[in-house]
Amino acid sequence: MGAWTSYRLRLQRKRRQIRAFRKRRELTEVVNRTRAIRPEDILVFSTLRNERIRLPFFLKYYRDLGVSHFFIVDNGSDDGGREYLAEQEDVSLWSTNASYKRAHFGVDWLNWLQRKYADGHWTLVVDPDEFLVYPFCDTRPLRALTDWLDASDVRSFGAMLLDMYPKGALDAQPYREGQDPFDIACWFDSGNYMIKKNQFYGNLWIQGGPRTRAFFQDDPKNAPALNKIPLVKWDKEYTYLSSTHTILPRGLNLVYDEWGGEKASGCLLHAKFLDTFTAKAEEELRRGQHYAGSHEYRAYHQHLKDNPDLWCKWSEKYINWRQLEILGIMSKGNWA
Amino acid sequence: MSLGVVMLVHDALDRAGQLVRHWAGHGCPVVIHVDKRVKRRAYASFVNDLADLENVRFCSRHRCEWGTWSLVAASQTASELMLKSFPEVSHVFLASGSCLPLRPIQEMQDYLANRPRTNFIESVTTADVPWTVGGLDKERFTLQFPFSWKRHRTLFDIYVRLQQRLKIRRKVPEGLVPHLGSQWWCLTRQTLSDILNDPNREVYDAYFQKVWIPDESYYQTLVRQFSTNIESRSLTLSKFDYQGKPHIFYDDHLQLLRRSDCFVARKIWPQANKLYDSFLSDAGAIMSEAEPNPGKIDRIFSKAVERRTRGRPGLFMQSRYPRMGFENGLTGSTYAVFEGFTEVFEDFEGWLERAIGGRVHGHLFAPERVEFAGGQREFSGALTDSAALRDYDPRGFFTNLIWSTRGERQSFQFGPADNQEISWDMAKDPNAYIAVVSGAWAVPLYHSSQNFTDIRRQAARLQKIESDHLDILRSGYSRARIRIWTMAEFVQNPMEPLQLVVDEIGGRMSTRLTEAPKMVDLDGFGQFLQNLKNQGMQPYLMGNYPSDSDPAQTPRDARKPYLIK
Repeated sequence: MGAWTSYRLRLQRKRRQIRAFRKRRELTEVVNRTRAIRPEDILVFSTLRNERIRLPFFLKYYRDLGVSHFFIVDNGSDDGGREYLAEQEDVSLWSTNASYKRAHFGVDWLNWLQRKYADGHWTLVVDPDEFLVYPFCDTRPLRALTDWLDASDVRSFGAMLLDMYPKGALDAQPYREGQDPFDIACWFDSGNYMIKKNQFYGNLWIQGGPRTRAFFQDDPKNAPALNKIPLVKWDKEYTYLSSTHTILPRGLNLVYDEWGGEKASGCLLHAKFLDTFTAKAEEELRRGQHYAGSHEYRAYHQHLKDNPDLWCKWSEKYINWRQLEILGIMSKGNWA
Repeated sequence: MSLGVVMLVHDALDRAGQLVRHWAGHGCPVVIHVDKRVKRRAYASFVNDLADLENVRFCSRHRCEWGTWSLVAASQTASELMLKSFPEVSHVFLASGSCLPLRPIQEMQDYLANRPRTNFIESVTTADVPWTVGGLDKERFTLQFPFSWKRHRTLFDIYVRLQQRLKIRRKVPEGLVPHLGSQWWCLTRQTLSDILNDPNREVYDAYFQKVWIPDESYYQTLVRQFSTNIESRSLTLSKFDYQGKPHIFYDDHLQLLRRSDCFVARKIWPQANKLYDSFLSDAGAIMSEAEPNPGKIDRIFSKAVERRTRGRPGLFMQSRYPRMGFENGLTGSTYAVFEGFTEVFEDFEGWLERAIGGRVHGHLFAPERVEFAGGQREFSGALTDSAALRDYDPRGFFTNLIWSTRGERQSFQFGPADNQEISWDMAKDPNAYIAVVSGAWAVPLYHSSQNFTDIRRQAARLQKIESDHLDILRSGYSRARIRIWTMAEFVQNPMEPLQLVVDEIGGRMSTRLTEAPKMVDLDGFGQFLQNLKNQGMQPYLMGNYPSDSDPAQTPRDARKPYLIK
């Protein structure tokens, strides 16, 4: 990387920091319980809108992994989610009615909160429909992973988004509050992911899975990105660029090995495709607050009219992380 | 007769306290060295918590840093105090605050009592160890290392390189032969006091202070001066990864550790409650005289290191995306590519599947759609038959297919009408077997009812593409097993090449082929080629195809097929 590239990246990072600083005014503090945070705590950051039905399981899942505190930005929910979150003892809540799109799809808000509260902590930035699975997650808490990453001098951990879907029509099995969404959406695509390397930021750009297969077959270039770097030992100089796909400084994007070996990685199981999806897609399309003119949601809308079945004969049924490891979707690296 | 424990504690004081209690409670005197970086208040409460134990001492503290002399200094200070305060101690065991005894202390005491004069310390010469960090083995002893490797890596590297460039060498003190080994040892009182009371100790200490990672070489070298009774292995089970940092044990290693029969293991994750609870309780202790047997643990950890450094061949994923040439093999299993066979034979795929088994696809890279075996719309790994998706990343499509079907041999058809982007990848892949009947693409043209100008144009295009493709196959970079016949020589006697291919792929059973695939109707094909020539287009990839007669009836001496690599 030449000095010029390095300078441009630095400039971009600084610009995004300033932007995050300006966007802080859009956030209204609802509850701030950050005083309870201890130095070694693992923190979750999330932006959401109208996800009330998902919240109980989401919070439980990450509490069970050993997350101690949740930072949540509520973007104008009107389904009671905000009130529910405000009651939780380990949640600090901000709310805003400002544009999600103009805050870089929430990234600016979270960048600001992370800069202010997360310096020196391991942070996990996830949406309420994303559930982290990492090697040995059934026997070792998240803290074991972060301790090991610390000991290995690794600052960031990649976890690819793995779209999960039910068999049959999306609305065939309604999701109940508190239920494990993967009781319903327990299928996934095991080996149709396409990878390119982004030379500028150094991260991998991964596409594929059921969304590409079903909605973007004729337009793969615009298929949603699946690469994510959600778990980072945060430093106030760091900044996410677009969702958790890209982060600066650039070195944090190198969560993969280029010399033939495998680094440890996880998966974010994505519980997007439940019966709630159709309504969500319609709402998001109406609001037009999503990436690249919401083309993703437009594509969904087109196909959802026919109530598609994402399942195919070669879909895999989810069992556990070891299965994902064997299939080569994630890796233990040298963690044993 | 007793075992004394020198314990170096850096963090996780509560766990260390628990371990001290365990050792001390079973009659082992303990001398503790606490890193000076531990805060004074934490230290005070640690000392206070252990105040009720009579056979525990705290020695003066050093500031410890990995890879430096401070760790040796700490163990020296503590050992001196041990030898002075506990005259009954006959073996001294060096442990850390995260070393967990796996077997009852009594067993370890008995084991050592049966070997009263044996020093357990891994000690091998530098030439014989493969596990050195940073590529420095011999140079650990001949260069100086004033800069911290952890904190000032750049300075460290620059200074090392400078010394290498200027050929600066330190002299190893006379009589010493540098040895290396695990820093966790168990020495007899005699040997340890010999080392600590050696008249030359000042010289040795001064020398080792500037050696890199002296805690892996100080005792390991000096022990050779004073004792010949050395078991060159550590009683502490400690595995290191490829970066030289210790592997950590968690709750899910419980059974593995139980069965290892090792006395002590490190490092244990401080939060591994189940491990601490079960190994520090005396319940269920079975007395045995088994020798330590860490074989299974060894395998698991060396597999982990292999995964991190070599990875799984043929896999491209979020945390393994090798640069070109570093894949350790583009694919993980063998596959076969057939070019021009479906054009010459009727239902070649069905025949091939009967002959060699495995999965036989059509043209995977056909322009309209991916022709998966059996005309399926989707295939293994949930790949789809969409040509647009495949052409978006042909290489990814291909490596995905081979990866997802590992364990089952894939065969597929290929030709000049297909997406050619995969040509180089296949040619360079030693897992590929490529059989080509060159020029066979003309057969479908011959059977087509299009107007002849179009046919001519297409023929010219396909010939150009196949010619380029053959150049790739014949290039010096190709590593695949490749066989090429021209169509003319192939149709002379097709059974011979077919038998060869089937034998070489090593199908279900390499017996004589009993069933021959049926050749398509080639009457007049020679005339068709002649017509192309008459139109000014020279079809040369078919070889010397007779223009007037059915080739099978005119015997000619067939050239031997040639094999490239």
